[in-house]
Amino acid sequence: MNAVAVEGVWKFYGDFPALRDVNLEAASGACLALIGRNGAGKTTLLRAIAGFSKTGKGVIKILGTSPREPATRRNIGFIGHGIAVYDELSARENLTLYARLYGLPDPRQTAIEWLERTGLERVRDGLVREFSRGMRQRLAVARAFLHKPSVLLLDEPFTALDDRAIAVLQSLLRDSLAEGRTIVLSTHQLREALELASDVALLVRGQVAFHGPCTPEMVADPGLVYRRHGEG
Amino acid sequence: MSFARLVLVVMAKDLRAELRTKEALNASLAFAVVILVLLSFVIESDDVPQKALGNLLWLVFAFAGTLVLNRSFAREVPNDCLDALVAAPISGAALFLGKALASFLLVLAMELVALPVFGIFYNVRWAQQFWPLMLVTVLGTWGVTVIGTVFSALTVNIRLREVMLPMLTYPMLLPALLGAMELTGDLVTGTPIGPDTVTWLKLLVGFDVLFTAASVTLIEFILVG
Repeated sequence: MNAVAVEGVWKFYGDFPALRDVNLEAASGACLALIGRNGAGKTTLLRAIAGFSKTGKGVIKILGTSPREPATRRNIGFIGHGIAVYDELSARENLTLYARLYGLPDPRQTAIEWLERTGLERVRDGLVREFSRGMRQRLAVARAFLHKPSVLLLDEPFTALDDRAIAVLQSLLRDSLAEGRTIVLSTHQLREALELASDVALLVRGQVAFHGPCTPEMVADPGLVYRRHGEG
Repeated sequence: MSFARLVLVVMAKDLRAELRTKEALNASLAFAVVILVLLSFVIESDDVPQKALGNLLWLVFAFAGTLVLNRSFAREVPNDCLDALVAAPISGAALFLGKALASFLLVLAMELVALPVFGIFYNVRWAQQFWPLMLVTVLGTWGVTVIGTVFSALTVNIRLREVMLPMLTYPMLLPALLGAMELTGDLVTGTPIGPDTVTWLKLLVGFDVLFTAASVTLIEFILVG
């Protein structure tokens, strides 16, 4: 069974089709890199896969069920454009909140473990509004990973990350793949993404222009997919 | 985790975030007190039937309450926190009720401070029917909160949401406000709830039950589409 299956999905904003008959799948343990120019539909597709918005037509299944099923949501980790943590709460309070929402057995201990793992244990009681950008991003990574999701949906996860946050994220992603989790990530940073990816999908104006395994040729020349299947 | 605990987790998060900044609470409280004080200079309480002062009180509660309710879902906009809440395995109903309860407590706190101010500046012995007045205040405030919270969710992605929220909520609130005004007008003059006014109380209870049920049912659709 595919961990993520997208079948014939259309998504309209008004009359504009942001996604046009998208068919994609990612097997369990795979890392699918969604690439494409700005406005190609990567974020729209990831948000639809995460269940944040309904599609016009088509079916999306995660682990064989709808992404809106509570049991399925327990298995999804999402990093979007925002860090999705509260500025008015401390780092520990934020992670404890999400650990509670995901029904983890020991929310406070889980929060502390993830603060240590992301190098934020020294500022655990500091309010997020006082954090630097890099610290906020590491906290966002901890928030997305703390419930050990089977499927990770990451929208531009490397964008604007500092070196330390990139190292933390890459290490977590490699560990996740080693543990058999599925990753779908959209990115413009082809080199970082293709080093991790087992599959690549290129979106061009809401359509899948290419979907296939990530080859050593692509890793060596990240622009190759665009030249062969994209718009140059 | 049980439904009730999830409601409490969301409520505690909203209360904690608000009490750290006190943005909405301070604005709401200041607005209520300033309006009550200013209007007391314009309205001679001897010339106005005391029963009518209940109307004034609820208009102030509704306007000041909107300042709290505006923040209910708007609090989730910075950093895209709403995405994380929608992604979490909690029902829309638990999310809605947690947020509504947090706003309810904040609006109620504002009202409990505004009531003595109202009594002093309008020369009203408002505590004569204290517990019935508290019952009406709680029922009226829950009605205001439920409608305000659901429209806060509906307008969360609109740029002019601070303007849109009152425009959408006040017409919907009319039945609840009418009931609360009628009952409060009597109670602040020392008249207990009797057979002729109990209908307003039933209306208030019915409004709360109906709109709570409708909001809990519709919130998932409002948030995800």
